[in-house]
Amino acid sequence: MAKQYKIIGKSTPKIDAKERATGKAVYGHDIEMQGMLHGMILRTKYPCATIISIDTSAAKELDGVMCVITADDVDVNQIGYKRDHPILKSNTVNCNRDEIAAVAATTKEIAKKALSLIKVEYKVKQGVYDPFEALKEESPKINIFCQEKFGNKNIGESFHYEHGNLDEQKKRSKVIISKRYETSRVTHCCMATSNITASYSKLDGSLTLWASTQVPFLYQRDMAHALKMEPSKIRVIQPTIGGGFGSKLDMLPFEPICALLSIKTGKPVQILYDREEEFVASPTRQPMIIDLTTGADEKGKFTFREVKITMDNGAYTSWGSTTPFVMMQTYSSLYQVPACSFDAEAIYTNNPFAGSFRGYGNPQATFSVETNIDLMAKELGMAKDEIRLLNANYKGEITGQGLNFRTCGAIPALEKVLEESKYKTRKREQQNSRYKKGIGLASMLHVGGGAKIYRSDGCGTRLKFDHYGFLTITTGSNEIGQGSETILAMIAAEELGVPMEKIKVINTDTDIKPWDVGVHASRTTFVAGNSLLGAIRLIKEKLNKQAAKLLCIESVDFDYQNATMVCGDKEIKIDKVVREMHFGLPNELCEVEYFYEPPSSFQDKEFKGDVSGNYAFASQAIEVEVDTLTGKVKVLNVYVSQDVGRVLNPMSLQGQIEGGLATGIGFALTEEMIYTNGVLVNPSFHGYKLLTSMDMPNVHFYPIETHDEAGPYGSKGAGEAPLIPTAAAIANAVADAIGIEIYSLPLTAEKVLKAIKRNEINSHGI
Amino acid sequence: MNNFVEINFTINGAKMTKEIKPSLLLVDFIRDVLKLKGTKSGCMEGECGACTVIVDETAINSCMYLAININGKTVRTIEGLGTDEKPLDIVQEKMIEHGAVQCGFCTSGVVLTTKVFSEKCKSEGKVPTRDEVKKSLEGHLCRCTGYVKIIDAAHAVYEK
Repeated sequence: MAKQYKIIGKSTPKIDAKERATGKAVYGHDIEMQGMLHGMILRTKYPCATIISIDTSAAKELDGVMCVITADDVDVNQIGYKRDHPILKSNTVNCNRDEIAAVAATTKEIAKKALSLIKVEYKVKQGVYDPFEALKEESPKINIFCQEKFGNKNIGESFHYEHGNLDEQKKRSKVIISKRYETSRVTHCCMATSNITASYSKLDGSLTLWASTQVPFLYQRDMAHALKMEPSKIRVIQPTIGGGFGSKLDMLPFEPICALLSIKTGKPVQILYDREEEFVASPTRQPMIIDLTTGADEKGKFTFREVKITMDNGAYTSWGSTTPFVMMQTYSSLYQVPACSFDAEAIYTNNPFAGSFRGYGNPQATFSVETNIDLMAKELGMAKDEIRLLNANYKGEITGQGLNFRTCGAIPALEKVLEESKYKTRKREQQNSRYKKGIGLASMLHVGGGAKIYRSDGCGTRLKFDHYGFLTITTGSNEIGQGSETILAMIAAEELGVPMEKIKVINTDTDIKPWDVGVHASRTTFVAGNSLLGAIRLIKEKLNKQAAKLLCIESVDFDYQNATMVCGDKEIKIDKVVREMHFGLPNELCEVEYFYEPPSSFQDKEFKGDVSGNYAFASQAIEVEVDTLTGKVKVLNVYVSQDVGRVLNPMSLQGQIEGGLATGIGFALTEEMIYTNGVLVNPSFHGYKLLTSMDMPNVHFYPIETHDEAGPYGSKGAGEAPLIPTAAAIANAVADAIGIEIYSLPLTAEKVLKAIKRNEINSHGI
Repeated sequence: MNNFVEINFTINGAKMTKEIKPSLLLVDFIRDVLKLKGTKSGCMEGECGACTVIVDETAINSCMYLAININGKTVRTIEGLGTDEKPLDIVQEKMIEHGAVQCGFCTSGVVLTTKVFSEKCKSEGKVPTRDEVKKSLEGHLCRCTGYVKIIDAAHAVYEK
């Protein structure tokens, strides 16, 4: 039985919830500064064109316009993961987001008017919008800034991974299945649109940015590179962030543009996207075409997986191009697979570039793997649950890719959803009615203890006790609404016996906080939690020593409760110990700092290595009802079981599960950015359908606690997992309901109805 | 050229007179003129509900409503909900308690819709079912929570 705690494991409201629920929290949109100007960006009219001329003279003459910039006015570096992206475009435009000019004006209205006065002459070109077209020899080179060579001029990034003997395993296979899977382009839809406020001081050349980034230190570095500035001259302050979900990993052109407008004018400048601009010009999930071939022997044991992924990179390269890092783990290690060969290529097109999005490629990979397993079961005549249980991974396994599953809740999670959904015993409905019910299974594997993809995957913490017993936690990690501040306060309250009301978390300012990679890879609780625990150990050592001295006792073994340190029958208030430390001789601060680096390792050139501190596993069983008259799929019940290591804050964990599911269901059924020749035709919530309260199914959540010793209190990262298997489970449920597999997302009513009709025609021979 | 019109209204309990352009949207009036930044603008097309405020007894999308239309009316925004003695309204308390607040950008609107709905239910002397509560929230988009906790919180407002 694991140790019981006073605060850890209990539902605890977010410490910042009051501010947010009363409208007092200051988001980027709410910032106003003395003399602040409003910036706006002129984007291209055509996704693919040569720019003949740009005339900004009329805009510059407009009253209230303080600055107009084009590429000719700025001395900057290219940005992006591959540094293949000019901030402002001068000769050619490559996608419908492309920034041509920007203005700063005294009001938004004037800025808008100024944009309309900028005259751009284009020579429109035929763009390339299909990645397979882009790979053809005769296709033009789309990104002329790309320095790397991958054998084909339009490949932006490429990955190859393999383990085992593929040929041998193919020979052993009784059944081999090949399918092509396609996933759509979806976007984050943060409720707060993208925003930035920049303030440059001509006095000392410092630049302060109020930026909604998830990765402030990487952002600082990227910004410095873009602007050719000293990084330390750039101070990044995060206002309250209205949703992240991975969208704020890449620095986008509007951010250095805003900085440039401030540098040019010497005044604060703010850029806020409206919703249409958000749809057009903020990141998306990478659309993929996945060719997957899998094999199994006569007993149903998997033999091999061979996968070729074609990603639409869009015109420039973002973090989104690195999603294969994560995807290959799903192919190589979600189940036991003796041989695996994985290839992925990010292909330049004239579509908008993608970015990172909660799940980081894994929802796409899992969709292909888990729908493929259902086909395999069908072919082998096996039950869909049995084939999964037979091949599932287990504790102690070191996979072909080198992932070490020191704990593994894969089988327990699957068994739990099978049991709770009554998978085996549920009665199949009469399937001749208009409404057909079905149930689908899917599992997933994701990093749970960070992901070592930079030189460090660490996080720093500083702790300070004041004279009145209040604790300040200064952490490198960030709050983006997910509740990380609260978890940290809970940990400190648990360990130091300080009430939550006496704990402050400081985490928004790069000038103050210690280094951290940022919010991504479900890492914050794991990395920042461990870092905090390390700092707590150090501050306890200090306090214990001082308290023992004050109490004239030998022992330095104290219990911390009710703001008091207790040793046997002796006790002393923490604040008193702190004052004595500060005022007594030798004077000393009650402050410590600690840097935590996870025990994970950097993968080698073959992508092998134990990349995360631990691994999260989950299974979902999803019940749907398909209206065969309209094709509409309704999700009725979702059974989720997830290996979270240990539950720290049940309420916030449940919130992550439900929120992730909603995004996963949207990805499965309704969400799709629709483009015609590179132009987005549905840039609004009218045309891009998010789920509403009415669409949410009943959610049944069962955490699995595997107590992984690497995580704080045995916990694992949990934020991304809930949406990863959802689309796969829904697709399997729809196939179960109507007897037709659909291999592309989303499963819109139109697509499902077409499949039903086509099937009727085929089976009736009409 | 004076195309401003005078409007008289009550906002969060205070009577006010302002001269505004007839084309000014209520959301811009509230945020940019009155500087009440708790009202959020999420889509400017009446889809997301973040800008919801209460005009008289109705929750409306302030991005779809001209500011001149509040003339002679009473407006409540998120800032007007608590009192000095009790800074949190019961709806806000329930939202916090039930974990309905993640990034919080949709929260102001959700709180105000729930407030009006609960007042309406109260005046009709009825306790809504969970499905009715769910339905009352369908005009709000939230990307963080998956709505379950919001529905839980809004339903808990009726707990004895």
